[in-house]
Amino acid sequence: MFDWIQHFADWLIYSVFGIAADSHLGTALNFFVYDTLKILILLFLIVFLMGIVNAYLPIEKLKNFLNRKKLYGLEYFFASVFGAITPFCSCSSVPLFIGFVQGGIPLGVTFAFLITSPLVNEVAIAMFIGMFGLQATLIYAASGILLGTIGGWLLGKFNLEPLLSDWVKKILENKMQQSEYEEAKLTFRQRLPEITRGAWEIVKGVVLYVIIGIAIGAAMHGYVPENFFGQYLGGGQWWTVPLAVLVGIPMYANAAGVIPVIQVFVAKGVPLGTALAFMMATVGLSIPEATLLKKVMSLKLIAIYFGIVAFFIIFSGFLFNLIL
Amino acid sequence: MKEIKVLGPGCPKCKTTYSNVLEALKQTNIEANVEKVEDIEEMMKYNILMTPVLMIDEEIKIKGRIAQVNEIIELLKK
Repeated sequence: MFDWIQHFADWLIYSVFGIAADSHLGTALNFFVYDTLKILILLFLIVFLMGIVNAYLPIEKLKNFLNRKKLYGLEYFFASVFGAITPFCSCSSVPLFIGFVQGGIPLGVTFAFLITSPLVNEVAIAMFIGMFGLQATLIYAASGILLGTIGGWLLGKFNLEPLLSDWVKKILENKMQQSEYEEAKLTFRQRLPEITRGAWEIVKGVVLYVIIGIAIGAAMHGYVPENFFGQYLGGGQWWTVPLAVLVGIPMYANAAGVIPVIQVFVAKGVPLGTALAFMMATVGLSIPEATLLKKVMSLKLIAIYFGIVAFFIIFSGFLFNLIL
Repeated sequence: MKEIKVLGPGCPKCKTTYSNVLEALKQTNIEANVEKVEDIEEMMKYNILMTPVLMIDEEIKIKGRIAQVNEIIELLKK
């Protein structure tokens, strides 16, 4: 499917620029052009598809679904899936959190949504397909959704309400009545320009990170020796996964920038499970998100939330290293 | 005079929306009170889920994404 991009990259670097195909610079530049084009095309396609999904399943509708239906324990799973298909913006996490609990959705279910939302998002999925292929992407998405489901369920088992901020407790006491969501009746054709522009906006917003990430990745590809990381991190030492997670949490990077670099780590010998754990910690748990959440919950609750998610990320890292 | 509010806890998207509003007003020469609502408690009174939100005369017009200058101009003319 992407052969033509490879031909284009070969032509551009080797013929137009005349850089030798067997030089470090040639390989690195070729890799950079190929990956950037491939990723940007994938990114637009996936974001566009998600835009269509979101046009028909807006967040209000999903919230009402969680609210109204008897789901017999499956609500954690549904919330997690909804978190995955909703576009994530860290600045929306607090309004979402309040909106959910205000609507009477249990705290655990809200957490299930909140965990998966940054973990599995359209940008990460597109980058993953481009960098690791479809199979790894499916594993990543499935484990992210599972992690949100279990994490949310577990958090729901604790008595966490007292750990919310006072004004949030007050909201919980007098739950506002459900405002009915009115769906705009538009045909697909009428929605298309809006969806296209939305997709374009998202791609435009991350394009710089993609280019920087791929540039770093390309440079590393050309210059870091084969199996360089494998020597130190590839031997299956047990501490590599927790370490990857601990390093990942304070490192706030968006998926667009971090995945191309991770891909090189994997290519040079880091086990995929360790890399996945690092990636999940980087995008799923972030300090800026924690500071925003401080407005609605106590530090203790944030610590419990992050602790549980970090635990499950480490667990899945081990699991992947074992089975992949 | 129109009352315009931009709701959002200060993320880049919210800032862009706010400056787009100012730009739209400048282009159309429409006078309006523009208010930036950054306080979450205040924001939640409007029962929103996604930010940024653009409100004109206490009515939610665009939510969860950046409002474009020409979109805002269209909304202002109504």
